[in-house]
Amino acid sequence: MDLPLYWTALIAFLVINVMLLSASVLVYAERRVSGFIQNRPGPNRVGPAGLLQPFADVFKFVLKEDIQPAAASPFIHSLAPVLMVVIAMTTAALIPFAEGVVIADINVGVLMLLALTSISVYGITLAGWSSNSKYALLGGLRSAAQMISYELSMGLAVASVVLIAGTLSLPGIVEDQAAGGAVLGWNVFRNPIGALIFITTAFAETNRAPFDLPEAEQELVGGYHTEYSGMKFGMFFLAEYVNWFIASFMIVTLFFGGYLIPFQPYLLAALPALDGSILLGILQFGSLMLKVAFFAFLFIWVRWTFPRFKYNQLMNIGWKYLLPIALANVLVIAVGVIIFRTLF
Amino acid sequence: MAAQFLFFLLATVAVAAAIGMLVARNPVSSALWLVLNLFCIAGLYLTMNASFIGVIQILVYAGAIMVLFLFVIMLLNLQALPRPGDIEWTKVLAFVLGMVILAQLMYVVAVGLDVPIEPVTTAQAAETGSAEVLARSLFTEYALHLEMAGILLLAATIGAVMLAQRRFE
Repeated sequence: MDLPLYWTALIAFLVINVMLLSASVLVYAERRVSGFIQNRPGPNRVGPAGLLQPFADVFKFVLKEDIQPAAASPFIHSLAPVLMVVIAMTTAALIPFAEGVVIADINVGVLMLLALTSISVYGITLAGWSSNSKYALLGGLRSAAQMISYELSMGLAVASVVLIAGTLSLPGIVEDQAAGGAVLGWNVFRNPIGALIFITTAFAETNRAPFDLPEAEQELVGGYHTEYSGMKFGMFFLAEYVNWFIASFMIVTLFFGGYLIPFQPYLLAALPALDGSILLGILQFGSLMLKVAFFAFLFIWVRWTFPRFKYNQLMNIGWKYLLPIALANVLVIAVGVIIFRTLF
Repeated sequence: MAAQFLFFLLATVAVAAAIGMLVARNPVSSALWLVLNLFCIAGLYLTMNASFIGVIQILVYAGAIMVLFLFVIMLLNLQALPRPGDIEWTKVLAFVLGMVILAQLMYVVAVGLDVPIEPVTTAQAAETGSAEVLARSLFTEYALHLEMAGILLLAATIGAVMLAQRRFE
C-alpha cells in the first residue's frame, strides 16, 4: 500500500491527537491501577468512575499561574518543556500502525529512533540547569548521567534486532518477524536477552520507576521540574506519559511482532479475501494496541511494585551488568545469524 | 527549488549558530548554539540524500558528545565570561565586508572553473547515501582502514581510562 500525501497528513493529525488523548487515559489508568495495587479506590469522583479526572487536572494546569524564578534564564526555561513534548511526539512518526500505515517510512528508522531518544535528554537537562535551583540542577545532572549510561545498552539491544532483520527500517523489522508462522517468529523468542535489555533500558530512558532518580521526590523535591508550574509543568507531565506510551510501542514493534496478528498466516490461509483489505489493517491495529496496552500496564505494575534504585546501584546495573551482557548478546546473535544463514 | 531554499535556510542558520557559539558569554549557551549548528549540518546531509550520515550526525554529535559536554560544563559550574567592553564597530564592519568580497571572489572562481555550486541530488547520490552501500565499501574496500581506526579508538579509550583511574593505596 502506497498512501498519497494527504493520507499521511491525515494520519499524522490523527496520531498527534490520539497521543495527546492517550496521555490522559494513561494518567487515569496509572492512578486507578496504583490505587488497586495499594488497596485503595483511586480517583473515582469526577465523572463516571472518575473518568474525567485527567481533564479536570488539565483545566487546573491551564488556570494556574505560570511562575518563572527571577534567576532563571528565561528563554531556555521556556524552551525545555517544549523540547520534551516535540521530541516525544516526533517519535510517533516512526511507528508502523498497520501494514503500510506509517507516517515516515525512512530507511534508517531504527537509527532515527535512537537519535530521538538520545536528544530527548536535552529537555530534562536544560530544565534542570535553567531553573537555577540546586534540586533542579541535581535532577538534570542525574538524568544526563543516566541517559548516557543506558543509551549504550539500548543501542546494542537494538543492534541485535537489526542483525536478525537485516534492515534498519521499522516496518521492515516488523515484516521480518512474520516468519515462523505463529508467534515464534517474534524477536522476543529469537533474541530473548535483547528483549529483556531493551525493556529495562526503556524504563531507564523514560525516567520511570524504578529508574526515576531525576525526580526522586524524597531527595530532590520535584527534581528537574521543581521550578515549573502551570502548563509548563503540564507539558513535562504530558511528555513523560507520551514517552512511556511510545516506549511501549517500540518494545512491541521491535520484539513482539509490532502490528502482526498472532497466527496471521493461518488466518490469511483460512480467509484469503482478508489479504490487503481495510479490515485486516483494522485487525492489525487492534492487535498492536492490545500488545501496547499490556506493556503500558507493565510500566505501571513495575512502578508500584519495585522501590527506586540507589544511585550507585543504577550505575552498577548500567555499566557492570547491562553493557557487558548486551555486548555478549550482540556477538552471540551475530554468530548465530551467520550459522543460520549458511545452514539454511 | 525547494531543495535550494532548504539548503540556504539550513546554511544560514548553521553559520548564525556558529557565530552565536563564538560570541555567547555563557558556556551553556555556547554549547546549545553548537548543538543547533550540528542539527543544521545534519539537515544539510539529509537534503543531499545522505540520510544515514545525517542521522548518525544527530545520534553521535548532538545526542552523545554534546550531552557529555553539557554535563561536564554543568558539573564544573563555569562562570559566564565578562561582557565585552566597547565593540569596535569598524572592525565588525570590515569583517563583514571582507567576507562578502571573499564570497564574491569564490563564486567567480567557481563559475570560472565550472565547479557545480548546487548540491548533487541525483539518483546515484541517493544510492551512495544509504547504509548498505556505505557498509559494503567500508567492510570490503576500506576494511583495513576501518580496523586500524577501530584499534586506534580502542587504544585511546584504554588510555583515557588509565589516565582517569584514581589509585587508592
